[in-house]
Amino acid sequence: MIGKPQWLVANGGTILKDARQELGRRIEHPARRAFLQRTLSLGGVSLLSGCALVDADSVETALQRISRVNDRVQGWLFDPRRLAPTYPESMIARPFPFNAFHGEDEIPTIDENGYRLEVSGLVADRHPWTLAELRAMPRTDQVTRHICVEGWSAVGKWGGVRFSDFLRRIGADPHAKYVGFKCADDYYTSIDMPTALHPQTLLALTHDGRTLPPRHGFPMKLRMPTKLGYKNPKHIQAIFVTNTYPGGYWEDQGYNWFGGS
Amino acid sequence: MEDASKTIHPLWLRLTHWFNAVAVTILTMSGWRIYNAAPFFDFLIPKQITLGGWLGGAIQWHFAAMWLLAGNGVAYLLCNLASGRLWRRFFPLTARAFVHDLLAAVHGRLSHADPARYNAVQRAAYLFAIVDTLLLVLSGLVLWKSVQFPSLRELLGGYEAARRVHFLAMSTLLAFVVVHLTMVALLPRTLLAMIRGR
Ligand code: HEM
Repeated sequence: MIGKPQWLVANGGTILKDARQELGRRIEHPARRAFLQRTLSLGGVSLLSGCALVDADSVETALQRISRVNDRVQGWLFDPRRLAPTYPESMIARPFPFNAFHGEDEIPTIDENGYRLEVSGLVADRHPWTLAELRAMPRTDQVTRHICVEGWSAVGKWGGVRFSDFLRRIGADPHAKYVGFKCADDYYTSIDMPTALHPQTLLALTHDGRTLPPRHGFPMKLRMPTKLGYKNPKHIQAIFVTNTYPGGYWEDQGYNWFGGS
Repeated sequence: MEDASKTIHPLWLRLTHWFNAVAVTILTMSGWRIYNAAPFFDFLIPKQITLGGWLGGAIQWHFAAMWLLAGNGVAYLLCNLASGRLWRRFFPLTARAFVHDLLAAVHGRLSHADPARYNAVQRAAYLFAIVDTLLLVLSGLVLWKSVQFPSLRELLGGYEAARRVHFLAMSTLLAFVVVHLTMVALLPRTLLAMIRGR
């Protein structure tokens, strides 16, 4: 049911890593089983609404399908010129909450000098980027609200390169559908091109005025005030532009793919 | 064939009422699971009465049932307005009549002789349910798409305030439902009318 991230296989990620991740998911989401059980007990509701009694799998399939419809509705509602609200620095949350699919003890350590950002897919220039090259690009700051899918939110300050500038620099096809991300902690996700080109979408290199700390995604995260937290990948190692739906770590388990506000 | 002269609740009303009950049930139970992921009061909703199992499942239920609630709600309002029923059934409604009927109800003297007419307490309660549901939809829209609906967001006091508004509107709708079901249990013949139309 849980699709294995294809790129892990393609990149020849170690079997051990795969197994650990798979195991981690099982432990993390015993609730998924409860989801299915609860779905079954909802037979009453499906009877009320006049549908034939359906099994848990087809309910899940139906919900998944509606979620994809919601992706399309959100893409249609998304106004590329509409900006997320910005806030005074006095509202910045300190310390800024940590949240990831793993614990704080599993934050990847990345060597600043050896780091290269890989770029692939529908782009003209595929050369890997060093941190120094990225830092040399024009940069901007913004204080925006980070909204988590869990419901909480926190105001933070991020600085970095406008992602649209970066995409232009690498000659990305602006008509491609998706931009995908692969991260050093094996996280992966993908976004729609209009959001990638949104003026507030940043390739963030700093947080609260300082170099992005490891707990917030060193050396780089994608910061989008128009999307929920899980859509903002940290520790990005590779970026690819594609027309093939790349999914995402949480999205493949049922979180809405567009995940935008 | 239905005898139109005897019909208390037209078919469209019965259909939209029951679809609404299904949507509200799914939205409330899945909403409780979503609340549990980051509660802003110091209590959790017991897991047994939530829907979805885990956060992702609850969100899928919530964002599916919201279409049923909204689409069905629009159909209800359109039929109600176009037929003039909303006006006939719920108005006039005065504070005096409300207090009068409420006191009469408390003293067990409120007559239900004519089930085709709502008394002032029913009128107020049902109108409250309609307005409260509208508030739930609007605050939900801010939570879902806070960037895309800026004026609505500012009207509700921002994203974090909208979360409280959404929760409060859910709680008061629930209070309505508790009273509503109690009244239906006391007067089962109204339930028959909501099912059969007569
Ligand atoms: C299974 C649960 C429910 C039952 C058994 C039920 C039953 C009824 C009955 C019997 C009536 C007609 C009452 C009368 O003649 O005075 C009624 C009307 C109404 N109910 Fe419910 N109900 C339920 C759930 C709900 C829910 C969840 C809501 C809203 C959130 C709701 C909102 C309304 C409204 C607004 C009316 C008046 C509609 C109109 O006349 O336009 N009901 N319900």
